[in-house]
Amino acid sequence: MALKPSPAGDTALRTLSYAQAAALAVQREMEADTHVVVLGEDVGRGGIFGQYQGLQQRFGAQRVIDTPISEAAIMGAGVGMALAGLRPVVEMRVVDFALCGLDELVNQAAKNRFMFGGQGRVPLVARLPIGIWDSSAAQHSQSLEAWFAHLPGLTVVCPSTAQDNHSLLRAALQCGDPVVYMEHKTLWGQPGEVDESLAVPLGRAAVRREGGDLTLVSWSRQALVCEEACAQLARQGIHAGLIDLRTLWPWDRETVLGACARSGRLLVVHEAVQAAGFGAEIAASAAEATGCRVRRLGAPRIPVGYAPVLEAQSRVSADQIVATAREMLA
Amino acid sequence: MTGLYRMMVRIRAFENAAEAASQGGVSAYGKAADGTARVRGPLHLSTGQEAVPAGACAHLRREDYLTSTHRGHGHTLAKGADLGRMMGELFGRATGFNGGKGGSMHIADFSVGMLGANGVVAAGLPIAVGAAHAQKLQGRDAITVCFFGDGAINRGPFLEALNWAGAYRLPVLFVCEDNRWSATTASGPMTSGPGASARAHSLGLPTLQVDGNDVQAVHEAAGRLVAEVRGGAGPRLLQALTYRVKGHVSVDLAGYRDPAELQAALQTDPIARARRRCLALEPDERVWNAIDAQAEQEVAAALAAAEAAPWPTADQAFTDVQTTGAGQWH
Repeated sequence: MALKPSPAGDTALRTLSYAQAAALAVQREMEADTHVVVLGEDVGRGGIFGQYQGLQQRFGAQRVIDTPISEAAIMGAGVGMALAGLRPVVEMRVVDFALCGLDELVNQAAKNRFMFGGQGRVPLVARLPIGIWDSSAAQHSQSLEAWFAHLPGLTVVCPSTAQDNHSLLRAALQCGDPVVYMEHKTLWGQPGEVDESLAVPLGRAAVRREGGDLTLVSWSRQALVCEEACAQLARQGIHAGLIDLRTLWPWDRETVLGACARSGRLLVVHEAVQAAGFGAEIAASAAEATGCRVRRLGAPRIPVGYAPVLEAQSRVSADQIVATAREMLA
Repeated sequence: MTGLYRMMVRIRAFENAAEAASQGGVSAYGKAADGTARVRGPLHLSTGQEAVPAGACAHLRREDYLTSTHRGHGHTLAKGADLGRMMGELFGRATGFNGGKGGSMHIADFSVGMLGANGVVAAGLPIAVGAAHAQKLQGRDAITVCFFGDGAINRGPFLEALNWAGAYRLPVLFVCEDNRWSATTASGPMTSGPGASARAHSLGLPTLQVDGNDVQAVHEAAGRLVAEVRGGAGPRLLQALTYRVKGHVSVDLAGYRDPAELQAALQTDPIARARRRCLALEPDERVWNAIDAQAEQEVAAALAAAEAAPWPTADQAFTDVQTTGAGQWH
């Protein structure tokens, strides 16, 4: 993972896992603002992925609130707390379980501000981890980010690195809007250098690699697979640019469309099912705005299977990305 | 008693006027639009149920919160909201509480702690426990009252919210307005067991059942429960037995009901009963007629003001959606 070097003399850089980076983000925001609270199942013991490690010991059970298995009440209570002046981090375990609290997120959190004419706001961050969780089958492996990008009122974030997970989670907690924050279920242990003082604004993509032959756009874990594909292409003399979108809504049109205009070719890659995935929105926007050629790569429209050979059918591999890129350049 | 009577006649006068203004409106249950309706779309009337909000809200303070249902006009007025701005919202005008963005189904006045009428049955319950959770966490001397109907007790969030409130001993009073109808279906045959208070009791919440058409009885029972909740004793539930005199929405003539059932219900009209009690206290009819006339005048003025008020401008469709990425509507 290519991380920008820190400015000279900055000693704030340290190596943290994706989960630790998130825990530190919540810690910093809880220190800065007593209105920030955490609620969800198993958060007291650090969360099931360690993404809340040490927070209950540090801030107490009043602010890091263990809850019953009641997704509708967790999400709904988060909305009520936010309306009452708190800034809750609402833990949903995995996106697949968040579906049990979907009315509270879609009909309540996302619409409250508009529907009531701006009388109230709902500053909450709902954490809904996405992606294939190895050998966890159909109900623990979905990537549903496009659902939420489709909903007015919601901000959607899908970080791929420890640094982004730290900085974007803090930005999400500060923004004052309801944010659907989608970490990846298999990235928790992924290490990376984290500079606490580095701010990453919502809606700004990261250019991971410059390259004028074609433009790759991806996010979350799939962006790391795209890195591999770009390295392979480079060995074959093909210079592919790679943009990690990071925030799906609002998405960084300027960076993406600028790169597409220069390269004339866009390949959008995501782990989610390709049909009606968010890649279609980016591809259509790029084609409309720049006239570039577009291709999409995503999972086939099948539930994720358990046996490794079945699960593999839902993954978009580096080899597939390379082959598609070569086709576009043929 | 005078205050309770005054509030009930204000609610009745408001809803009668709104009902008249909604004739010709759009509904799946009744006539198609003929363009003459000034109050458009679904209008859910609480005619015959006025004693419940009047009796319960008499014990509330401005800093207390209230969550409501799709049948929320009475709750809103009883919490202290301005009648004129409410009529403006029903007319969809810029002067309404929500600037015309919500209408009757989303009537709200956050400035008096009324956190909104909700289009989703039982959605107010988790939001109420969240608001109460925030009140407790911040040590505020305030409570939350959550109104819902008999239909809501058959949705999951009812169980989740009551369990949550009990587990955290939250300062919330649940008020079930048991009007015997779930849209166009009688609740009784659809509900296993004796209903709201029995279910709450099984979750460890102390409950009271009351004749919801007897405003004094409601006032007394709610007073007891509010005092306990305010004193930190934990959540309570009040089941108020009442009857929905009108159809599900204003243009629903409720032809599916047994006329004898409605006739029996009309004999127990809460305003007529309250008036008999008022006359026993003060036999001079003119005192009570003056209160009636005052309500009619207030409503007439509200109708005229709403009629004269400006519509929201088209650009208001794009405000109060979200700050993050505002402007990126396409």
